[in-house]
Amino acid sequence: MVEMVSRPYATAFEKFAAGNPDILCLSADLTSSCEIDGFRDRYPDQFVSMGMAEQNMLSFAGGLGLAGFRPFIHTFGVFMYRRPYDQLMASIAYPRRKVRLMGFLPGVTTPGGMTHQSIEDISVMRSIPNMTILETGDATEVESICEAADSIDGPVWCRVLRGSVPRLFDTPIKVGEMRVLSEGDDILVVTAGITTEEAMRARSALANAGLSIRHIHLHTIKPFDHRQLLDHIGSVKHGVVTLENHVTEGGIGSLVAETMADAGVGKRLVRLGLKDTYAHGGSRPYLMRYYGLDALALVRGIEGLMGQEFGISENDLDAARIDDVHSLVKAEAL
Amino acid sequence: MRNEKTTEEVALGIRRRVFEHAMRNNGGYLSQACSAAEQLAWLYNEELNLGAPTLPPVPEPFQGVPSADNPDYHTGAGYNGPFTPEYDRLFIAPAHYALVAYATLIETGRMAPEGLEMFNKDGSSVEMIGAEHSPGMEVHNGTLGIGLSTGAGLAWGRKRRGEPGRTWVFMSDGEVQEGQTWEAVQACAFHGIDNLYAIMDVNDQQCDGAMSSVMEVGDIATKFRNFGAACVEVDGHDLSAIRDAAKEAHEGRPLIILARTSPFHTMSILEERFPRLHYVRFKSEDERARFNTSIAADLGVDPIDYAH
Repeated sequence: MVEMVSRPYATAFEKFAAGNPDILCLSADLTSSCEIDGFRDRYPDQFVSMGMAEQNMLSFAGGLGLAGFRPFIHTFGVFMYRRPYDQLMASIAYPRRKVRLMGFLPGVTTPGGMTHQSIEDISVMRSIPNMTILETGDATEVESICEAADSIDGPVWCRVLRGSVPRLFDTPIKVGEMRVLSEGDDILVVTAGITTEEAMRARSALANAGLSIRHIHLHTIKPFDHRQLLDHIGSVKHGVVTLENHVTEGGIGSLVAETMADAGVGKRLVRLGLKDTYAHGGSRPYLMRYYGLDALALVRGIEGLMGQEFGISENDLDAARIDDVHSLVKAEAL
Repeated sequence: MRNEKTTEEVALGIRRRVFEHAMRNNGGYLSQACSAAEQLAWLYNEELNLGAPTLPPVPEPFQGVPSADNPDYHTGAGYNGPFTPEYDRLFIAPAHYALVAYATLIETGRMAPEGLEMFNKDGSSVEMIGAEHSPGMEVHNGTLGIGLSTGAGLAWGRKRRGEPGRTWVFMSDGEVQEGQTWEAVQACAFHGIDNLYAIMDVNDQQCDGAMSSVMEVGDIATKFRNFGAACVEVDGHDLSAIRDAAKEAHEGRPLIILARTSPFHTMSILEERFPRLHYVRFKSEDERARFNTSIAADLGVDPIDYAH
């Protein structure tokens, strides 16, 4: 049974930031929702409440960066790039301010529907010069995201998980690397964020079906080690399947496709994720099933690539975690 | 660093340089020189506490944008002196005033006159819309409405670090149409940011024409006060009034000076082009010649020999 960690970001951010006067904690009225309420109460001098005014917040953070501070901005990811995109560009990305953009509720991890689900943020951030992109897939990565982000000489976009988060890994994020979770030679599976746990759920069923899976997990999306990915692609016989909590345009599926095309790799690629669609409000397991982001969707994607069915059903997959939509660790599921 | 000239002389010099530039290039940001020359002259010649420039008098060519691969990148803020704690900082929020700002740097001895000849030339850092790397600029402000927020963040940070230097933002009145301006003022009031100062060129003009015809903004002084700023309205061509305005007490609040100005002040023939004053391009050789004669007389100089 996988270990579940309660509010890992709350603990990790406080441990990282407390007492460092150059680190500031900015929030746009989503302080408890981003698990920094305890930090606000215990370290008020490092906490700057910016209210529901994201355009000002991003330019203000740029000014703080100019004054030598390293602001960590906390809000839901969508609110940090859709409305204030111009400010993100002009005040933070262009001048390479050391602003750490902690984007909560990546993809379908919220029942809040279209307005709350950042489904195209990776695509946007990948196309912004000077931007670094990190994504957390488990509690250990959430616990190490602050150090990883703060090691970057420039702005950093982080997809952060909150609430009750599974522990899948025992080593912290090492920026620029990728995790190799299995070293098979039939198919390469590439995942990031919450889809990594899904791929791990499918592991035993795929092995029982006689498939040898090579599985890599990405926490660093930009900059990206194309050479290492190509080595993994070269190690499998049949092709690559990507599974992402994001639209399939511009995210890790595109990243893999571009890498393969640039190098002239002639293998098959199946990109799984949100297929040119918005999502709607609902529980995470429901949304992952409905939009084809879960373990079963991965199995079907692999079957499609191989051109054969393996007779794997939901019952053959390791149990999905069923989180309560409302729970003590996240009072308002939003 | 203080200039030998009076501020009136600096303002006249700014207008003469912008006039000469506009005649030679068949157009330019003439009305911004009419409305803002006193404000920028006053900032650079009197009010701002700035050190000596740290960049060469003749601007370097474009040196590339910020990137991890461009370690020698620097902004154009070195024309305003070093960034040390005691000195003031200035953002030109409407970067479309760049030509006027460059002329100010020349008139106050911070940039060589050759700098203006590089204006809007390919490969030059003296860009038409002031960029971070343009002389006297520290941030990109070509997207209007972001300057005050950036100034607020810098001012908050400098106050936290105990730096005595102030942060000034030169603004334009069109920026009050942007919601971000009001977000910035409310944040300044909430956080008690009183080392932030703005002087706004209220010339009632924007790109499409008179602001009243594009988007009515109402009584902006009352609006600024209601959002939590200290706000003083003055005649923006009256230097003694501007000087007095800067002395207004504003503990716990930013000070915003509204400088009410005329977009044809000292260049009366420009009124012919009302209400399209944002960028004046001459429509005929005849118009160009008439403007040359008229403005030269207004500014007390010979007409520009722009044929050469």
